[in-house]
Amino acid sequence: MSDTATKIKVATIWIDGCSGCHMSFLDIDERILELAPHIDMVYGPLVDLKEIPEGLDLVIVEGAVANDADLHHVLELRKKSKFMIALGDCAVSGNVPSMRNPIGQKDCFERAYFENADTGQQIPTNGVPALLKNAIPVHQAVKVDLFIQGCPPPADAIFFVLSELVAGRVPDPTKVTRFGA
Amino acid sequence: MSKVIRVVTLTIDDQEVTGREDETILTVARQHDIDIPTLCFLEGLSGWGSCRICLVAVEGVPKLLPACMTYCSEGMVVHTENEQIKAYRKSILELLFSERNHICSVCVSNGACELQALAQKCGMDHVSLPYRFPSYEVDSSHNLFRNDHNRCVLCTRCIRVCDEIEGAHVWDLADRGINAHVISDLNAPWGDSETCTNCGKCVQVCPTGALVQKGTAVAEMHKRRAFLPYLNAMRGNHG
Repeated sequence: MSDTATKIKVATIWIDGCSGCHMSFLDIDERILELAPHIDMVYGPLVDLKEIPEGLDLVIVEGAVANDADLHHVLELRKKSKFMIALGDCAVSGNVPSMRNPIGQKDCFERAYFENADTGQQIPTNGVPALLKNAIPVHQAVKVDLFIQGCPPPADAIFFVLSELVAGRVPDPTKVTRFGA
Repeated sequence: MSKVIRVVTLTIDDQEVTGREDETILTVARQHDIDIPTLCFLEGLSGWGSCRICLVAVEGVPKLLPACMTYCSEGMVVHTENEQIKAYRKSILELLFSERNHICSVCVSNGACELQALAQKCGMDHVSLPYRFPSYEVDSSHNLFRNDHNRCVLCTRCIRVCDEIEGAHVWDLADRGINAHVISDLNAPWGDSETCTNCGKCVQVCPTGALVQKGTAVAEMHKRRAFLPYLNAMRGNHG
C-alpha cells in the first residue's frame, strides 16, 4: 500500500444534479478497493469537511452550474486543483437542469412558488443562493479537463476513467459512455 | 438514346475500388464496406447534402466535399478521415447540439438516436459553443404522432419521404438560417393537416426524437425503416 504522500488528493462535488453520478461512482463496488491505495478523498458529499482544502490533484464535478453557490464552488475548486472532470450529462451539457432555460426564470418561479403552492406563496430569498439566469455546463464557468457523458455514466465507465488517470494516462471517455447513457 | 454510364476506378482510403460514374462516393464507399458517417442522407431518398457530416477530402480539390452528393470520377483519390475532417465533424455536431434543446437522457429516442450515436462515434465529448436554449413548440395535435421541434436537426428526411415515397408532401421548411423549421401544410398544426395520410413514414425516417409516436416513454422510440428499400424495390426505383 502506498502512503499518503504518493496518493492523489481528490475532491468531488454535487451541484445541480440528482446525485445519480455519485451513486454510479459508488456502484463500482469492491473495485473501489483497487483505487483506494492511490486516492485520498479529501472533500465532497462523502466527506464531512466544510472548507475546500488546498492542493487538490483531481476534482470531480457532478451537476450543472445553476446558482451563485455552484459558481462560487467550481471557481474555488478550479483554483485549488490541477485537473477537473465534468462527471455526467448535467456537468457536461446542462442536461435536465438546463431544461428551465428556455422557459425563463420568471415563469419557473411563478409555476413553482405560486401556481403550485397552496400556502405561503413567495419566492424564497433567505438562506438560499440566487439562481443564475441559465443552468450551464461546468466548462462554461471554468476550464474542464475531461468530460464523462452519461445520465449517469455507467459505473464501468467511471472506474475505467479513474483507473486510467491514477495510472497516469488520460483516457477518451466517449469510448465507454455517451450522452444519455 | 440512353446515355452510356461508364465504370470508373478510384481510390478511397488507399483502397482501389470501382463504381459507376452516376454513383456517389458514399454509395461506392459503402459498397466496399468503407464507413463514412452520415446524418441527412438516407438510402432510398434523394440526396440532400445539408448536414455535411459525410465531408471527405478529394486530392486536388481545395475544399472538403460531401460524399453523398459527389459523383465518382476516374482516378479520383478520396480520404474519408483525417484531422481536418474529424475536427469538422465535431464542430458540426457541436453546432447541432447547441442549436436546439437535445436532452438525450429524457428523450424518447435515447439509445436509438442517430445524432446521439454520431456524437459518440465522432468523439464529440462536449459542446464548446454556448448553448442557445431556444424556446420551441411541441406539436402534439396529431392523433398518433408528435413533432418536438426541440430535437429537430433539419435533415429534411421527413420532407423527402413524404414527397418522394408517400406522395403527400405534407412537410416543408419555413424561414431561413437559424429560424428555419419544419412545417406541416401551410404552417397548420399537424393534427389539422388536410394532406397527411397518417402513414407515419416521416416518423420512421426521422434520425432523432423530433418526430415520434405518441405513447412512447424515454428510450422507447425505435424507428422501423424496412418499408423504404421494400417500396423502392417494388416500384423499380434505383438510387
